[in-house]
Amino acid sequence: MSSLYDEVAPNPGADTPVRRVTIEVNGEKRTVDVEPRLLLVHLLRQGLALTGTHSGCDTSNCGACTVLFDGSPLKSCTMFAVQADGHKVETVEGMGTASGLHPVQEGFKEEHGLQCGFCTPGMMLASKALLERNPDPTEDDIRWALSGNLCRCTGYQNIVKSVLWAAEKMRNDQPQEA
Amino acid sequence: MSLDEIKIGGMGASRRRVEDNRFIRGKGKYVDDVVLPGMLHMEILRSTVAHARIKSIDTSAAWEVPGVRLVLTGEMMAARNLAWMPTLSYDTQAVLATDKVRFQGQEVAAVIADDPYVAKDACAKIVVEYEQLPAIVNPTQAQDPAMPIIRDDKENQPTNKIFEWEIGDKERTDQAFADADVVSTIDLHYPRSHPSPMENCGSIADYDRATGKLTVYMTSQAPHIVRAAVAMVAEIPEHQIRIISPDLGGGFGNKVPIYPGYVISILASILTERPVKWIEDNTGNLISTGFGRDVYLQGQVAMRKDGKILGMRMHTISDHGAFYGDAQPTKFKIGLMHSTFACYDIPAAHLTSVGYYTNKAPGGVAYRCSFRVTEAMFFQERMIHAAANDLGMDQAEFRRVNLVKDDMFPYRTAFGFLTDSGQYDKCMQVGMEAIGYDTFKQEQEEARKRGKLLGLGISTMTEPLGAGNSREYDILGIKMFDSAELRIHMTGKAILRTGAKTQGQGHETTWAQIVAHELGIPADDIVVEEGDTDTAPFGMGTYASRSTPVAGAAVAMVARKIRAKARKIAAHLLEVSEEDIEWELGRFYVRGNQERGVTIQDCALAAYSNIPDGLEPGLENNAYYDPPNLTWPFAAYFCKVEVDAETGVWDVLKFVAVDDCGVRINPMIVEGQVMGGLTEAYAMANMQYITFDEEGNCIGSNYMDYLLPTAWETPGFELHEVVTPCPHHPIGAKGIGECATVAGPAAFVNAVMNAIEHTGVRNVDMPLMPNRVFEALQTGKDVSGMPPVKVG
Repeated sequence: MSSLYDEVAPNPGADTPVRRVTIEVNGEKRTVDVEPRLLLVHLLRQGLALTGTHSGCDTSNCGACTVLFDGSPLKSCTMFAVQADGHKVETVEGMGTASGLHPVQEGFKEEHGLQCGFCTPGMMLASKALLERNPDPTEDDIRWALSGNLCRCTGYQNIVKSVLWAAEKMRNDQPQEA
Repeated sequence: MSLDEIKIGGMGASRRRVEDNRFIRGKGKYVDDVVLPGMLHMEILRSTVAHARIKSIDTSAAWEVPGVRLVLTGEMMAARNLAWMPTLSYDTQAVLATDKVRFQGQEVAAVIADDPYVAKDACAKIVVEYEQLPAIVNPTQAQDPAMPIIRDDKENQPTNKIFEWEIGDKERTDQAFADADVVSTIDLHYPRSHPSPMENCGSIADYDRATGKLTVYMTSQAPHIVRAAVAMVAEIPEHQIRIISPDLGGGFGNKVPIYPGYVISILASILTERPVKWIEDNTGNLISTGFGRDVYLQGQVAMRKDGKILGMRMHTISDHGAFYGDAQPTKFKIGLMHSTFACYDIPAAHLTSVGYYTNKAPGGVAYRCSFRVTEAMFFQERMIHAAANDLGMDQAEFRRVNLVKDDMFPYRTAFGFLTDSGQYDKCMQVGMEAIGYDTFKQEQEEARKRGKLLGLGISTMTEPLGAGNSREYDILGIKMFDSAELRIHMTGKAILRTGAKTQGQGHETTWAQIVAHELGIPADDIVVEEGDTDTAPFGMGTYASRSTPVAGAAVAMVARKIRAKARKIAAHLLEVSEEDIEWELGRFYVRGNQERGVTIQDCALAAYSNIPDGLEPGLENNAYYDPPNLTWPFAAYFCKVEVDAETGVWDVLKFVAVDDCGVRINPMIVEGQVMGGLTEAYAMANMQYITFDEEGNCIGSNYMDYLLPTAWETPGFELHEVVTPCPHHPIGAKGIGECATVAGPAAFVNAVMNAIEHTGVRNVDMPLMPNRVFEALQTGKDVSGMPPVKVG
């Protein structure tokens, strides 16, 4: 047993170590008991049922599991859940609200920045982090910022356009300085 | 009065995708997102070696791990007659190994446990004793009589040869070569490649003993084919099998075959009476599933001095791995390899093919390809490039002399295909102008004076898309039609289901656009469903760019059936005879009095509330479309590169893609398909390298070693369109999904070769990694990519 979040699973063996962790996920504090070897991506997906974070390559190359960790992109397949204790994690489910989308989400739809959708949550989170530190990125800035995330469908050109679309929207939505 | 088709999301609208609404919120439902009550988890133990006799398998320690429910071996599968399964190419494949392992990564045992981590722990406790045999990693070794027979499980398999096959007219071709002024020769290797969709394969099998029903969630591009195969292999009646293919994280051909993991999870569910989830890890996916390509391509063209091609001959040697599992439904041993040179007017052609077993994972998956078409077109365009050089003729001019002319369609190729339509020369003109073809040679010379190596490469092709018509295709005897079922609700909203299965192509968006075009119902009022065999009509799935050519045609045809019935209802409502009814988008009206009419929505309501006497109530129907021919799109690609002579690194300066895929349903989606395909072509040409060392170890078994391009490496693409409607498709559309992957690689390679061929080099095999290009520049000699790779 790798975590105790699943109440119907049998009890772990007496020698299975367990750690209690508290992680702020999408603004909400979640406390769970986990086996120390449990990966953050599996806690999010199975323990917290946030299946928008995907598991792709297990080697931190593909970026499908990208989340924002204290605001910075992080591959959640290569971090243990216990390492996230006391930190803030944002997943795709935290990007928008039921009625309102984040401009990056709108941009990806508007500019056809996705096809199969598997890389999309990671791509959007990496894009969001970029736009928070650089509101007016060049095409090269975007390509570099997303170079930790693979996409096999789009050829990236429309992803770049999606991020540019979002950047413009976010700049226009900012209140003008006097 | 009439509806604006673009506004209602009809044909030609770059309608934003409806599936995006869930994907951008993280609400997609992929197989691994499905959780069933009481679900167990399965892990597969894979062979660490490429070729070995299994001396023993000791699973006792695995059974002892707390939380383990079941450990399966080949012996236990064999007891249920499930140790082997049939492949789509009439061979057999081991589900779990019994006698021998035949490639590294082959399935040896499986553990089913309460938790995926526990299943992995227990797998590590299984002890397998191997007696290693020499590994065969290429067709040359496979022919060596001193090497072992890989398939000693089969009767009548005295060698490692799988087949020998030929097509074309040998005599006429020999005569063409006898008559030729110039003969040009080329010898290529199209290396193994892995499609690598972002999502790995997986399944959740759920057998309910009470009802006898087996439900399987599965990463499948063709769920109905799986249902039929499971019915045959597992001896469960077809009506008791439900295959659900939910959202797929890409496919590219990788998710067409039926893999051992699916079969094992089904048996595990039957034995444990619990749902069993199997999610493959990335290394498992890379080393055991659906490789493409791995063919040696040798050939010649015979030409007159003026550039006219008189004939071509080709020989292919293909490496299929340990099981001939080519997931291909054509009637030909080496797929549609003989579609090569289909865009050129050539009087005589002859192809010979031979296929071999090796100690590699089963290959022959049509990776974004219509069954060896990618190899065929790569050979064609590298051959044409070499031939133009040997003649001393300009690359574009040589193509324009030999391309099929607009007035020659339908054109019967030397191998017997009937290409349907095209404007090849117009595509050439558009592309040449966009790339700046006329000034390039001067630019290249000037650059060379400054020590810079520029190159320009062209690739042109037409390919047979839309598997397929009965002449060329069947799968296990079943014809390759597809289907659509359309129900119009009483409020004029609708649900459409097809036998295709989207994996990112956007069917939920585009199929609704076809219905909008045919019926005038706004696309937003139509929901599209696919992938559940209990609800979708029978169809052959999505691959080979067949969705629009076949299922898309079925969508148009079912909408027309609906319109025909609605016309009868309209006549009843308007109190005139059916002959006096006219149609405009979304509306019937009385001839001569356009004001007097009823909408399609009015007819839908009447179908449930005011049906004329003698007419069946309701407004729904289905259509099965058996395509009369394949569709033949055309691509003309122009690539300009700069090669760094110091390092062998090459950069794409400009890439112009001209595609003619007939009428475009959704231009935005078509362009997305082209850009994605070009990126995979670039990856193949540049870096996507997965090979095998002398012992059969897979080099490239993870994304640290198997390089897929990121946004940083991938060049930009400039897209152009030419539209020649398909004459035999109901809405004039042709396939497009794989054109760029098929035509693309040769454009990149021809460009790099053009930059360095002044050194005397004729060929560098893909991928054109810097070390290979550098070696060619240094030595002036060809660089072969033939494995095995010497490591260390």
